[in-house]
Amino acid sequence: MTVHTFTHLDALESESIHIMREVAAECKNPALLFSGGKDSIVMLRLAEKAFRPAKFPFPLVHIDTEHNFPEVIATRDKLAADLGERLIVRSLEDSIKRGSIVIKDLDKPRNPYQSVTLLETIAEFGFDACMGGARRDEEKARAKERIFSFRDEFGQWDPKNQRPELWDIYNTRVHAGENIRVFPISNWTEMDIWEYIARENLHIPEIYYAHEREVIRRGSAVIPVSHLVQPKAGEKVEVLSVRFRTVGDMTCTAPVESYARNAQEIIEETSITRITERGATRMDDQTSEASMELRKKEGYF
Amino acid sequence: MSNATQLLRFITAGSVDDGKSTLIGRLLHDSKSIFEDQLSAISKTSEKRGMAAVDLSLLTDGLQAEREQGITIDVAYRYFATPKRKFIIGDTPGHEQYTRNMVTAASTANLVVILIDARKGVLTQTRRHTFIASLVGVPHIVLAVNKMDMVDYSEDTFNAIVAEYRAFAAQLGIHDVTCIPMSALNGDMVVEHGDNLSWYKGAPLLEFLENVVIDYDVNTADFRYPVQWVCRPQTQEYHDFRGYMGRIESGEIAVGDEITVLPSGRTSKVKEIVTYDGNLQRAYAPQSITLTLDDEIDISRGDMFVKTSANPPKVEKEFEAMLCWLSEAPLDLNRKYIIKHTTRMVKSLFSHLEYRVDVNTLAHHETNKLNMNDIARVAMKVQQPLALDHYSKNRFTGSFIVIDEATNNTVAAGMIA
Repeated sequence: MTVHTFTHLDALESESIHIMREVAAECKNPALLFSGGKDSIVMLRLAEKAFRPAKFPFPLVHIDTEHNFPEVIATRDKLAADLGERLIVRSLEDSIKRGSIVIKDLDKPRNPYQSVTLLETIAEFGFDACMGGARRDEEKARAKERIFSFRDEFGQWDPKNQRPELWDIYNTRVHAGENIRVFPISNWTEMDIWEYIARENLHIPEIYYAHEREVIRRGSAVIPVSHLVQPKAGEKVEVLSVRFRTVGDMTCTAPVESYARNAQEIIEETSITRITERGATRMDDQTSEASMELRKKEGYF
Repeated sequence: MSNATQLLRFITAGSVDDGKSTLIGRLLHDSKSIFEDQLSAISKTSEKRGMAAVDLSLLTDGLQAEREQGITIDVAYRYFATPKRKFIIGDTPGHEQYTRNMVTAASTANLVVILIDARKGVLTQTRRHTFIASLVGVPHIVLAVNKMDMVDYSEDTFNAIVAEYRAFAAQLGIHDVTCIPMSALNGDMVVEHGDNLSWYKGAPLLEFLENVVIDYDVNTADFRYPVQWVCRPQTQEYHDFRGYMGRIESGEIAVGDEITVLPSGRTSKVKEIVTYDGNLQRAYAPQSITLTLDDEIDISRGDMFVKTSANPPKVEKEFEAMLCWLSEAPLDLNRKYIIKHTTRMVKSLFSHLEYRVDVNTLAHHETNKLNMNDIARVAMKVQQPLALDHYSKNRFTGSFIVIDEATNNTVAAGMIA
């Protein structure tokens, strides 16, 4: 008898592949949410490992806030095209035109409204399962969410009434109109993601690596200047070497100062950083201690 | 063996009063896995509540209701790493009605840390936690005798608790227990040895977690491969490709090995082991792979490949199992339920309840009903035959979940007896 040592990345990869195949086999009409961000790029590679030499048995879906970084959207489109997979894009603008989203200030962060367009897209295509690249290490509420997270017909998450999840046996059953969100990389950490990007040599948007950028400081946050964020009177524009740890809504995603120019250097920085990924970069999660939990209850990812 | 980092999944069992959250907080804090923004958030909360020091237990309380009521209501997963290993902690509440949560978290764990308050010794809940750990087959048990600072770090107190615990564990057939005295509050024996327990010669908890051997936790002898998905690309290049995708749950397989497909009993040989990163000559648990066979035979999701003539699982429609009931709605013996076993779903009936186990005394009682948190031995019938291993031999092919067809809820966890 031989003992083989599986690395932790091998173990996580195999678990994620197993989850994706369960979704494909048991759900009638699944989708994979794909934004062009680093976690969803890891998800694409895992899907390739799960289903090649065949095509993916589901489309890629992106809910576009139209507040995304152009580099991320370009990567999204290129990767989907290179893989020859179907990409469905639905935009918040569609919901705004329909009147299902009413926004007072179009330049304010739009993450809270994403749920509306996501639920409309789920209804439009009749998806019964949406796979997403959320991780449990990202946030306290996520730490308590199942890998197969059941949502009622309003897309709501009820944290006190979750289905028990035992062994690796997943309950994928839903009634018509309900759906599940599935998180195949639940057990991955930020560090695992970077180690996997390095190991698999994955192409990710350039803004994840250190680059010079015009920023302004607001409180303790460093905010990128863009067509959506302009300096107010008295604010000074600085040019710093920065990278993004997450890439979301341009109006509320802050970069960190960094000189890391490749995945290996980011791994080194990540191993000594003293601030969490969302803590460093997501201003919308800091509004209250329960921001994410409240958004999830409303149908957010 | 390679030096690559391994993954260890463990859970902690004990009540808030035993200092469980403090222990996890201490592990994260002393292994430098807590970030500044997390620390500053819980410092603020501790201050708001009028506490003198930072309450590390706040780190693990994720949901609003928990923070308001100061309780833990569900399983939470925490992640931390040392240069030697990556760890996933399943944090389960110790409160009476949450047997189901411990069963849930224990089902994927390599190891359980059972916490005892040194002032109180072995309690009813300690017995309950130990019984559940043995029922769910967690391979390694650590008994953490906490709050040693409250008993003057007394070696005699520790030894008495350990002797009582070992005697109880032996009744369950558990002999491999590591007992560690500690003070999570002061950090003694969690990450550092500290000066207060110099009479104890063993390793601190973290060092033990880093070094405990987990390679043999998986059944390495019996090849079990439930088919998840049949891959038929139907493209020009892969016109005749028919691959059986799945994860090796136990054992290993090589090109040329003869396999039997269960439940049909048809046999063939492994032609290729296909992966995205190239074909392999040999693969082993828990790899996710794709197999092609020499013969074209009728195979679909839910079938299981095993090695021909090597300790096959039993293929049966009637069997007995230990069941933990998880749902608020009690078991209804008149109804059919759905069983999911590996990748197969079948309808089932509970024909008979053998007995219910009192998790506090281990006594068996006759019963005709099952409520939430009850554990019982049951006799079952299923519509189509399943390929079953005894749970103690194989956690993957010996386990199943029970689903209520009306609500689609997962209502019970089952282990083949």
